[in-house]
Amino acid sequence: MSRKSPASAPATTGADPRRARVLLTPEGVPLTFTLAARGDRLVALGLDLLIVVGAPILLFVLIYFGLAALYGGGLEWSLALVLLVVFLFRTFYFTLFELRWQGQTPGKRKVGLRVVDRRGGPLTGDAIFVRNVTRELELFVPLAALTQPEALYPGSAGLGALFAILWLLVLACLPLWNRDSLRLGDLAAGTMVVETPKAVLLDDLASAPEAPARPFALRPAEAPEVTFTSEQLDHYGIYELQVLEDLLRRDDPDPEALAVVAGKVQRKIGWDPAAAIPPEPFLRAFYKAQRARLEHKLLLGQRQERKRA
Amino acid sequence: MTLKSTAFRREREATWVELEDLVTRVEHKGLACLDEAELTRLPTLYRATLSSLSVARAISLDKALVGYLEALSARAYVAVYSTRRRFGPALSDFFLRRFPGAVRQAWAPLVLVTLVLALGIATGWAVVAADPERFYDFVQADYAQGRDPASSTRSLRASLYDTDHEGGALAAFSSFLFTHNARIGLLCLALGAVAGLPVFLLMFTNGLLLGAFSALFAGRGLGLDFWGWVLPHGVTELLALLLCGAAGLALGRAVVFPGRLSRLDELARAGRAVAPIGVGAVGLFFEAGLIEGVFRQTVTDLGVRWTVALATATLWGWYFLRFGRAAR
Repeated sequence: MSRKSPASAPATTGADPRRARVLLTPEGVPLTFTLAARGDRLVALGLDLLIVVGAPILLFVLIYFGLAALYGGGLEWSLALVLLVVFLFRTFYFTLFELRWQGQTPGKRKVGLRVVDRRGGPLTGDAIFVRNVTRELELFVPLAALTQPEALYPGSAGLGALFAILWLLVLACLPLWNRDSLRLGDLAAGTMVVETPKAVLLDDLASAPEAPARPFALRPAEAPEVTFTSEQLDHYGIYELQVLEDLLRRDDPDPEALAVVAGKVQRKIGWDPAAAIPPEPFLRAFYKAQRARLEHKLLLGQRQERKRA
Repeated sequence: MTLKSTAFRREREATWVELEDLVTRVEHKGLACLDEAELTRLPTLYRATLSSLSVARAISLDKALVGYLEALSARAYVAVYSTRRRFGPALSDFFLRRFPGAVRQAWAPLVLVTLVLALGIATGWAVVAADPERFYDFVQADYAQGRDPASSTRSLRASLYDTDHEGGALAAFSSFLFTHNARIGLLCLALGAVAGLPVFLLMFTNGLLLGAFSALFAGRGLGLDFWGWVLPHGVTELLALLLCGAAGLALGRAVVFPGRLSRLDELARAGRAVAPIGVGAVGLFFEAGLIEGVFRQTVTDLGVRWTVALATATLWGWYFLRFGRAAR
C-alpha cells in the first residue's frame, strides 16, 4: 500500500497516476481517463490488421471459385472486385468502425480501448477520418519500405532508400516518444486512445447491515455498539480512510492483517484495550465513524488529506 | 445513524443503474438499439450522473463510489458525444455543403499546388521539347511502356487509340486505377502532416512526367490527341490530386506556422478542417478511375473525348463555385 494519493481535487481511482488524463466535458465536469498502454494498442492493431489482410483474401477465394462455378471463368471480374475491396477495406476499415462503434474497432473493443477527443469535445467524423487516413503513411508505407526499398524510391537505392526508411520509421515510432503516446494521426485529429472505463457499483461499507458471509463473524444484531469520541477520530485523514476501505473491500481479508491494522489503529487513537472487540467489526465500526467525521469536516470546508504527524 | 453520503447514494442510485443499463446496451449494439424514449432519456441521465459525480467528489469519501461514478460518467460521455447521424442526410449535407465548403476554405493552398503542378508541366515540356533525349531523365522505362522518343509515330498514335472491349478487364483496370490514384492522393494528404514539403515534390514530379509526355507527343504532331487522351479523366483526377495536395499543404502550414494556437492544437484544428477534402477527393478519384478505365478504353473519337473533358471541367467549376458558400 505505497500508492501515493493524488494531491489534486478530483481524486482518481485509476491504477497508474502517470497514465491518468483529465478531460473537461462540455458540461464543465472533469473526467479522468486512463491512457491506453502502448502494448495494448499494438495488440489491438495486430488484431485489426489480421482482419484487414485476411478478409479480402477470403473474399477473393470465395468470389473466384463462386464465379468459376457459375460461369467457368471470371478471374478479371474477381480481380477488379478484390482490388476495390482491398483498397476500401484498408482505407476505411478503421474509419467506419470507429464511426459506428463510438471510437472502437474490433481490435480495440477486444482489448478494451477507445478513441476520445483530446480536448473533451465530441468525437467527430472528421477527426476519425483524419486519424485513420495517415495510417497509410505510418504503417503500410514503412512496411513496404522495409521489405522492398526499390518500390518506394525507384532508381535511387542505397542512400535515398535509407533516408526514406529512416524518415518513415521515425513516424512509425512517434507514439514511443511522446507523453500521451500519440500517433501522427492522433496529432492531426486531436484525439487520443484511452482504456474503456470499467467499474462496478459496490455496496456502501458504511451502510452495509447485511451479515457477512463468513460464518464466525459477528452478526450485526449481536455486534456491540462501538462508539468513538471526536478526539479519537481526529487522528486520521482521507488517505488512511481509503486505505482502510481497500482493506475491508477485499473479497477475503486476511485475519492477521486485520488484527495488525486494528491493533495499530487502537494504539494510535488510545482505545481502551479492555473493550475486547474482534478486529473486523472494530474496523468496520471505525471506518463508518471516521468517514462520518471526515465527511462532516468536508462539509464545513476542512479537507484533511493525511493523518496528523 | 446514516451518513449524508449514504443517504445521497440511496437517493440517486436508481438513476445510475438505469444509465448503466442504457450505456451497456449502446456499447454492445450501438445507439440504434435504443427506442425513442430511451434516446431522450440518455442525455438526461448522463447529466444527472455527472452532477452526482460532482456532488460525490465534494461530500463523499467512499472511494469505490466516486470511482464508479467517474467510470460510468466517462462511458456515458463517450456514448452521448459520438457521431450519430443518419447516413442519407449526412451524405447530402456532405456533398452540398461541407465538401465544397472545405475546398473553398483551402483556396490559397489549392492555388499554390496548382502553380507547382503547372510549373512541373512547363518544365518537363520545355526540357523535353528542347532535347528529346532528356525524356529519359523524367520517365522510368517501365512507366513509359514503350512510349519514348525511340518509338515510331505510328506506335505512339496506337497507344492513344488502343481499345479493349472486354468487360472484366475494363473493370479490373478501372479498379486498379482508382485504388492506385486514391492511395497516392491520400498519401499526399497525410504527407502534409509532416510539414508539407514532400507535397511540393510530389506535385512537381507529377507535373514533370505529364510535361515530358506531352512534349513527346506534341513533337510528333499528336499534341491534341494526347491531351484528348489525358483530359477526359485527367480533369477529375488532377483536380482530386490537387485537392489532396492542397489539404496536405494546409496541414503542413499548421505545423510550420501555427499562428495563435499551439502547434498541436493548430494541427488538430487544420486536420479536422481538411478531412472533408480527403473524403471528397476519394469520390473524385473513383469517378476518374471509371472514366479512365472504361470510357477511354472504349471511345476513340477525338471530338467526344474533348467534349467529355470540357464537360467535366465545366461541371466541377460550377459545382465548387455554386455550393458550399454558406459553410462558415
